[in-house]
Amino acid sequence: MITFILNNHLIKTEAPAGMSLLNFIRNEAGLKGTKSGCKEGDCGACTVLEGILHKGKVNYKTIVSCLTPLGNAHGKHIVTVEGINTDDLTPVQQEIVNSAGTQCGFCTPGFIVSLTGYSLGRQAGLKPAAIASVAGNICRCTGYKSIEKAALKLADLLKEKDFDHDIEWLSAHHFIPDYFKTIPQRLADIGKRDSSPAQPDMIIGGGTDLMVQKPQLVKVSALNLTLDKPGLTGITQQGNTIVCGGSVTVNQLLDFEPLTAAFPKLKDWFKLVSSEQIRNTATLAGNFVNASPIGDMSILFLALEATLTLVLPTGAKRKLLLKDFFLDYKKLDLAKDEIIESVEFDLPDKHDSVNFEKVSKRLHLDIASVNSAIKVTVEDNIITHASLAAGGIAPVPKYFSKTSEWLSGKPLSAQTLTKAEEIMQQEVSPISDVRGSTSYKRLLLRQLFFAHFMEMFPQVITADVVLPVLKAY
Amino acid sequence: MKNIDSKGHVTGRSIYIDDIPEQQGTLHGAIVVSPVAHGVIRKVNYQAAEHTSGVVRIITAKDIPGENQIGSIVLDEQLFADPEIHFKGQPVALILATDHDTAWEAAEKVTFDIEEKEAVTSPREATKRKSFLVPPRTFQQGNVKSAWDHCKYVVNGSASSAGQEHLYLETQGTYALPSENGNIKIYSSTQGPTAIQKITARVLGYPMHKIEVDVNRLGGGFGGKEDQATPWAVMASLGTYLTHKAVKIILPRHIDLMITGKRHPYEYDFTIGLNDDLKIIAFEADYFQNGGAATDLSPAILERTLFHITNAYYIPNIRGTVYSAKTNLAPNTAFRGFGAPQGMFLIETAIAKAAEVIGVKPAVIQKNNLIRKGETFPYGQSPDEDNAVKAWMQFDNQFNIQEIEKSVEQFNQYSATKKKGFALIPICFGISFTNQSMNQARALVHIYQDGSIGISTGAVEMGQGVNTKMMQVAAQVLSVNIDRIKIETTNTTRVSNTSPTAASSGADLNGKALEIACNQLNKRLYAVAAEVLKADVNSIEIREEKIFNEGKLTALSWEELVMTAHLQRVGLTENGHYATPEINFDKEKEKGHPFAYHVFGMAGITATVDVLRGTYDIDKVSIVHDFGKSMNEIIDHGQVEGAVVQGIGWMTMEELVSDEKGKLLSNSLSTYKVPDIYAAPKEIVISDLKSEGNERAILKSKAVGEPPFNYGIGAFFAIQDAMRAFRKDYRLITSAPITHEKVLMGLYHDQVS
Repeated sequence: MITFILNNHLIKTEAPAGMSLLNFIRNEAGLKGTKSGCKEGDCGACTVLEGILHKGKVNYKTIVSCLTPLGNAHGKHIVTVEGINTDDLTPVQQEIVNSAGTQCGFCTPGFIVSLTGYSLGRQAGLKPAAIASVAGNICRCTGYKSIEKAALKLADLLKEKDFDHDIEWLSAHHFIPDYFKTIPQRLADIGKRDSSPAQPDMIIGGGTDLMVQKPQLVKVSALNLTLDKPGLTGITQQGNTIVCGGSVTVNQLLDFEPLTAAFPKLKDWFKLVSSEQIRNTATLAGNFVNASPIGDMSILFLALEATLTLVLPTGAKRKLLLKDFFLDYKKLDLAKDEIIESVEFDLPDKHDSVNFEKVSKRLHLDIASVNSAIKVTVEDNIITHASLAAGGIAPVPKYFSKTSEWLSGKPLSAQTLTKAEEIMQQEVSPISDVRGSTSYKRLLLRQLFFAHFMEMFPQVITADVVLPVLKAY
Repeated sequence: MKNIDSKGHVTGRSIYIDDIPEQQGTLHGAIVVSPVAHGVIRKVNYQAAEHTSGVVRIITAKDIPGENQIGSIVLDEQLFADPEIHFKGQPVALILATDHDTAWEAAEKVTFDIEEKEAVTSPREATKRKSFLVPPRTFQQGNVKSAWDHCKYVVNGSASSAGQEHLYLETQGTYALPSENGNIKIYSSTQGPTAIQKITARVLGYPMHKIEVDVNRLGGGFGGKEDQATPWAVMASLGTYLTHKAVKIILPRHIDLMITGKRHPYEYDFTIGLNDDLKIIAFEADYFQNGGAATDLSPAILERTLFHITNAYYIPNIRGTVYSAKTNLAPNTAFRGFGAPQGMFLIETAIAKAAEVIGVKPAVIQKNNLIRKGETFPYGQSPDEDNAVKAWMQFDNQFNIQEIEKSVEQFNQYSATKKKGFALIPICFGISFTNQSMNQARALVHIYQDGSIGISTGAVEMGQGVNTKMMQVAAQVLSVNIDRIKIETTNTTRVSNTSPTAASSGADLNGKALEIACNQLNKRLYAVAAEVLKADVNSIEIREEKIFNEGKLTALSWEELVMTAHLQRVGLTENGHYATPEINFDKEKEKGHPFAYHVFGMAGITATVDVLRGTYDIDKVSIVHDFGKSMNEIIDHGQVEGAVVQGIGWMTMEELVSDEKGKLLSNSLSTYKVPDIYAAPKEIVISDLKSEGNERAILKSKAVGEPPFNYGIGAFFAIQDAMRAFRKDYRLITSAPITHEKVLMGLYHDQVS
């Protein structure tokens, strides 16, 4: 039995845990405001709010219902556009109307929910966050400028928001209906889900990959739902080491202050990683076990020299370097039933620099043509240690052991990079596909390699030095 | 006035096909599609699908009571392939099941025994093999052959522009319901209800009157639902015909992407000649249109390309020939601009290439050759207005071209890793269907006895705001408050023999018909008012629902007037019919006056290229656009913004990739990318061209759907202008779209193995 609150109604359903939340909303609950646009999380038309009870308060975020297994809704508050509607238009709805931010209207409920999620969130009132909140929503009619105008106007309206009593403030200002105030108690009354199936035949986290690749199989499988499983969630700091549960989502990394302090550009990097809705759901473990050669988290954590803790149902655990986890195309050092319990890595120290680069056909909400991350230690202008990773250029998320090793002990200079680049190219074997030709991927890999150093050491590796080198290669 | 649908949209209460409450027992259809692009079916194995729990029936070509033929212009497209296959994804059968997922899962279980044949995907290759959908056509003016001698500069080259996926957010869908006596009612997300009615009748062996098509609204169309909403509607109707049950078909996105046509990819060869003064003396070009596996609308699109080969320029000596190649891709179809963008892309490319060779800015050539009154387009018509020049002048006055160029140069001087570029793009777009008979429309107006009004037209609402505009027309002509008016769905039983809502003409044609109907009703109401007030009819005026006699307000109210008319048995219903006057075209001579008028405009686009990573941003698009006298600025500006971004998408990131066997590789939203909010220009500034409007346009408000799409072409050149700032020896790329890949490869072209 899956129990959750859908808008203002308690739902108890025997529907399969692997049914998509979207199908449940439209076909079982008969709420047609949430639209189906692509069923792969790439259009945002099916965006809903997911409210999770935490210390007596419900925190809301946006998710794509097409990729959410129904089982992940258990114990949560799911809000569709119908659950936002009141007698009058909400300020979000009113601003979209005022700015003519709707034409054919099919994408509109998704935008409304995303902007309502923004209003409920901690970034409410910040302008870039208002835009970011709809970066996962595609509109084919308006050209976005009118929507942008509405979003910026909302940011202004939300400057006054009382963050200490946000549900009260938002309902007093008609952003959400009054019933939201009753949700914390009602969620508290829902118990834990009956235990997982004894013999699960599929492990699923956020669902953002499996629900795209194998939705039919997910629907009929006995699922081990790991997203909210205690022991797999949460981020902790132990000395200089960060330990992230396997079910930690991309956006939870951004919410962990020591990480944003250690990596000031983390937010900029993650802006290049899928969309708000997907980052709210996609887990680290999911990104790793998906084994996609272009997994953004895989690439970043490879450069961070992360270590996985793997656990069997028996409780037996082992540790493994992430770089040793990827064996071949979609082949992992992972036993059946074994799951990623956590991933850990050391925070950079004062001599360390880290950078992440990604280029795709569309800069945002897209899969990389090539992505790359690097960590280097530089003392007295000498590279003492390096770890470089890149995606899209090999059958696996690639850790460049030879290049990284070679860089160690070399002076930080354009000449060093030029030589390192040669070695780097020997370590890869890109293939032509829909994301780019072989020669483009090699060229782009080179460019991003130099871009890393220009970003990390702008005083030493300058454009004036690098660009002539690249031009005259 | 805002779009009347806004409130429904933001609350999620607007109803699209898949939101219509289902009749009990509704069956869901899934289409079995061909796994290869070319071949002959020997056997189809349906057993696994048949034995799937929930599958009710499998329908194939042999179940068709009428003709297995859905072609519109040329009868060359089967509803179900039998036995020849001409593109990958071609429908072969329909599976009916108790729910959507079961039906589509069963469709995937069908296997084929096919004699596979070689697939042709290149229009040049098809042309070489003389494989055409229709014979080539040529437009000419002056004498190109003798003109080259008068040219100081002659530049030639090749170019290409890729296709474009419509990506309407609502995929294709339809819902067919059985009525009495075998009649069928079809709800469809279509721009062409009459096409569905006609072709369903043909396939079922029915007269048209047994088919009713109803359209509430579309979740986006852009041309993709002009002809290609038809097959699914026909299939669902066939399912209803055979099972007497309601049948719904909603295409999953990946199926929609695979089996529906796109904007036509074109390849081009051109030669352009200019004299010392940089006047274009001659232009000669061959256009290889990739039509796909069936004719669909390709001949009309071919024609519109020819009508736009000179864009907003006058070229005295010209020859353009379009070859409509038959290939093994899904039949390509209408898409906003309808062939015109391809014509305009090539002349702009030729000008940019010539400018590169001569060593001047393209703007010098562009400005020098803008068409003026008295000069003729290659098809013989002259523009009514000097708006090409006026738009350029107004643009320069408002935005100052020299200042923009200077600020770009200054930026580039001090920036190493980022370079800016700027390009200008004038446009000229002809308004009317180029098929003369389609330039007609009807509208039906009911005034109910309580004074409220219901209007029906042939126009289909797809986000462009035509319903709002229709209500404005009725409100203005009847001079009543717009709240009194309700716009009905587009329905073939209320308004028959409609032209599709396409060619930017929906508001003009249907609005004019509506104006005629309202004027007729006015005549009758005025007469009744005169009688009631015992006044001369010529001294009566209805203004904002108030009735005036000799300019003085009377006690007669709108409601009383209407009720009186009803009691006096005066007809309060009227049907208006409109046919665009004066238009003609002689296809033998390829000359005439095909367009009611032209829409002009001018845009300037600034782009920034990251020369390290090969990525780019569109900074700003400044536009002077010829709206005529816009009847709804909010809607019209929204159309321009949306069109510009769609045009930029076509020119930049939207890349359809197929393999040589005709398999679409960019077959999902994760591989086919349209602009997102970050990819939209940072700024779009729209300014109205000062103009009196045109009598042929509804309320002098010019058609707006397609013309501004072409401003997007400027992005292609702005990005390359920035690339040129990185290396002076840069050579113009002439194949669109200019993806991040092409930019990086172009910036470092000499280092790519």
